[in-house]
Order: sequence, then C-alpha cells, then structure tokens
Amino acid sequence: MYADLITFFTTNWLGMAIVILAQCLAVTVPLLVAVAYMTYVDRKVWASIQLRRGPNVVGPFGLLQPFADGLKLVLKETIVPSSANGILFVIAPMIAFMTALVAWAVVPFDNGWVIADINVGILYLFAISSLGVYGIIIAGWASNSKYAFLGALRSAAQMVSYEVSIGFVLITVLLCVGSLNLSQVVLAQSGWFWNWFWLPLLPMFVIFFISALAETNRTPFDLPMSEAELVAGFHTEYSAMTFGLFFLGEYANMILLSALGAVLFLGGWHSPIPYAPFTLVPGVVWFALKIAFLLFIFSWTKGTLPRYRYDQLMRLGWKVFLPVSLGWVVLTAAVLTFGGWLPKP
Amino acid sequence: MILQALAFYVFAAITVAAAAMVVVSRNPVYSVLFLILAFFNAAALFLLIGAEFIAMILVIVYVGAVAVLFLFVVMMLDINLTELKEGFLAYFPVGALIGAVLFAELLLGVGIIGSGSTTVAGLNAHGAQVMAVDNTRAIGRVLYTQYFYLFQVAGLVLLVAMIGAIVLTLRSRPGVRRQRAVEQINRTKEQSVTVVKVPTRGGV
Repeated sequence: MYADLITFFTTNWLGMAIVILAQCLAVTVPLLVAVAYMTYVDRKVWASIQLRRGPNVVGPFGLLQPFADGLKLVLKETIVPSSANGILFVIAPMIAFMTALVAWAVVPFDNGWVIADINVGILYLFAISSLGVYGIIIAGWASNSKYAFLGALRSAAQMVSYEVSIGFVLITVLLCVGSLNLSQVVLAQSGWFWNWFWLPLLPMFVIFFISALAETNRTPFDLPMSEAELVAGFHTEYSAMTFGLFFLGEYANMILLSALGAVLFLGGWHSPIPYAPFTLVPGVVWFALKIAFLLFIFSWTKGTLPRYRYDQLMRLGWKVFLPVSLGWVVLTAAVLTFGGWLPKP
Repeated sequence: MILQALAFYVFAAITVAAAAMVVVSRNPVYSVLFLILAFFNAAALFLLIGAEFIAMILVIVYVGAVAVLFLFVVMMLDINLTELKEGFLAYFPVGALIGAVLFAELLLGVGIIGSGSTTVAGLNAHGAQVMAVDNTRAIGRVLYTQYFYLFQVAGLVLLVAMIGAIVLTLRSRPGVRRQRAVEQINRTKEQSVTVVKVPTRGGV
C-alpha cells in the first residue's frame, strides 16, 4: 500500500502533478499570509518610529487588521475608467502580482526544500524580477491618465537603471560560488556567520540592498507613487481588488528581494553558529528570521528617510552604483584568480 | 516524449501567431506586447531543447531591457495610425525579401537543403562532445577562449552604437545651473554660515 503510493506520486503523471500543485500551495499560502502580516508589521514599525500605536483595534493587538483590510478591498466595487483600455487595465495588476509569485519557485528554503532546483536559478530570478516592470508600465498606459502615466514612466526608468547594478552584484556572488544554482550559493556559505558573503562582499551587500529598495519602489525611491506630485502614481485609477493585487505584488516583491538577499549574502538556511543548539533549529526558521531582519530594515528606512529627487535617483544609479559595482566585479575576479581561490567546478 | 512534442507545437504556434500579430495589429503598443509574447515563447522553445542559459538571457536582455525601452518609446510617441498604414504597401516588397532570405537560411540550417556539419544534425553531433558539462559552463569555456576576439568585437560594435546615440542627442545648453553633489557635500559650516552679533536697535 505504502509502496504503491510512493510509485504513484513519483512515476504517474497525475501523481506528479498533484505533488507539484501541493508544493506550489505550500509556498504560496504561507507567502500570502506573510504578505498580509508584513503590511501589519510595516504599520506597527512606522507607528513606533512616529510615537503612535498603529493598528490596535481589530482583534488582539490589531492582529486581524490585514484581514479586515483585505476583506474591504474584495468587497469594494472595481471601477474601470471609461477612457481606459479595458483589457490591459485588468491584465496589468495580474502581471504585477503573478511575477512576484512565480519567482519563488527557485528559492531554497532549506537543504533540498525547493520547488524547482534548476541550474540557472539566479538568472531565472533576475529574469522574473525584470518582468515586474511590465505590470506597472502597462497599468500606467492603460489607465489613460497623466498621473498614472508619469508614475509608470518613472518606474520603468528607475527599475531598468537599478537592475544593472543588481546584475553586477549577482555576478560577483556567482564568481565566488562558481554556480548559478541558488542551493549551491547557500552551500558555499556554510560555517560561521563571518563566512557568509555579507562580510567579504560588504560593499556589494549595501549596493544590493539599496538597489532592492529602488526595485520595489520603496522609500526613499518611491517616486513612481509619490503622493505629493502624482496622486498615487501608476495605480491612481485602480480601485478595490485590482489595486489590492498591486499592493500584494509590491509586498511579495519586497519579501522576494529580502529572500534573495538572505540567500546571496546571509547564508540562506545556515545557522550563524555551526554548533549544537543552533544547528538543531530547522534551517527554514533561520531563513525566515533572516528575511524578517531584512524586511525590518525595509520598514525602518521607510519610516526614517525622506524621498529622493528624480535626478538624484538617476545619478546614484548610473554614476555611483554602476562604476562601483563594475569595479568590484573586476576586483573580485582578480583576487579570486591571482589568490588561487577560484571555485573548482 | 509526446508531452514534449505537444509543448513544442503549442509554443511554436504561439510564437508564429504573436509574430504575425506584431505586424498586423493596429495599435503599436499592442505590437510591442505581442513582440514580448513572441520573445517569451522563443525562450520556452530554447528551454525545450535544453538551452536554459540562452533562454534566460533572452528573457533578461530582450524582454527585461530592450522591450521595456521599446514600450517606453512607443507609449510616449504620439503615433498617427492612418499615416503608419499608408507606407505599408511601399515597404512590403523589402520586408518580404528579407523574410525570404531569413527563411532560406533557416532551411539551410535545418538541413532540408544543405548537408554535413552546417546542419543542426551536424552541430548536434559536435555538441554532444561539449554537452558533457552543463551548457552554461560549455558556453563560458568557448566564449572567453576560442571566440575571445569575436566577443570583444561584438562589444566594440555596441560601444560604437552607444557613442553614436550619445553624440546624436547630446546638446550643450548654455546657462543651465547644475547641481554639483561634490561641492554641496564638501561645503563646511564656516563657508556657508556667518554668525553676526546684532547690536540692539543697531541693525546689521
């Protein structure tokens, strides 16, 4: 009986499909819960920074607030402006949300806990994250409104610019690993926490984090939706759940980039101290803690920093990050080659 | 194998249909979106033959960067559709000729007309030796050694294009007051603030 089940789930195409579906749900459902509670944590952190209480009415400590918000968004009416391009207007939030979800297929949660352990995992993540801009730019165009369009143009230029430096950061990391597989990246960082790549590649970690802020359109780079100039930027015309999908997609993207940061620089599922009481904790817990740490810095920056001006944003991306990251790629390659530390294939 | 063949025909059909829609569709924004769809399905076809590196690079470079800028430009241009359609018949023979040449080259490559090592079958035989390692590594090994000069020349071509674009669009406008970040950061309190003791009823 037991052996029959194993053969059914590993060889029969129906069984394999069920397994894959279950794996996808096992990643997506916790992710959506994490997104819901990320909005709660965000608001609590800002509240603490501004000496307020934050959400505290719905449920104990306001813990049910995200669900109340979600329910409100679902129940509201979806309004499509009469001059908008109907099809693209509805497709845009779906693209934004979907690209934030499909990237999770290659993220390793623990040793072997990954839906698709593909050889080119880093490239896949990079490709998917570069698609997120389509949701925004199509939304801006389809809305047929000047605020939305300006927001979309800003966002497109910003995301394309900062992708360049993220690309170079990825190259330095994979130079040190010698593989494009994300599990291999984590395995290359085993040992004490100073073996993780954040210390040897500290400038790249800083560049990665700031570029991640720009990629997810978060403060201080939230120009695509800067309230003071553009009402709400690219999602000005969106209401109810179409807006909700943009919102969920934005937070899912933040969590995704934090996960990527944890995999590339904070040793993924490894415990900081490679000895008994710490290694007994499951790797997925360490991974979640590292993601939570990076997400806290996301909220912290949003609560602390003022918004950049657009030309300053472009200057930072092209004149500071690009040369610095390019130089660091050359330096890393030179050190690895001449120091004899090049990873053996 | 049947599933793979089915996937191939689905992706190939969508690629061809999307490519046709790029030319046919009336709205240039739709054209670019169909072009993106075609790129995507081409990437999926690469994945099917096991060329995962090329598939990812196709998505990153063409979908993630080139098509975004295309879309950017097309959305900002105020294009008159009727004017655009007028030139269609005039350009059609040139387009058809280029299409025919490309198609002939493809046929040569697939081996219906040609033979020997120039065909896909010949390349596959060669590829089998290289494919002992995964194809990302295989590309890396030949790209920076055997094809080093060609790689550099390709880079130079891109550099020329980039300099050309800058030369065409760069205009020096006199009288523009720029922000110089270095000067701003290097400003000290002594340079910018003077504390004046103002005598009462005396003024400065």
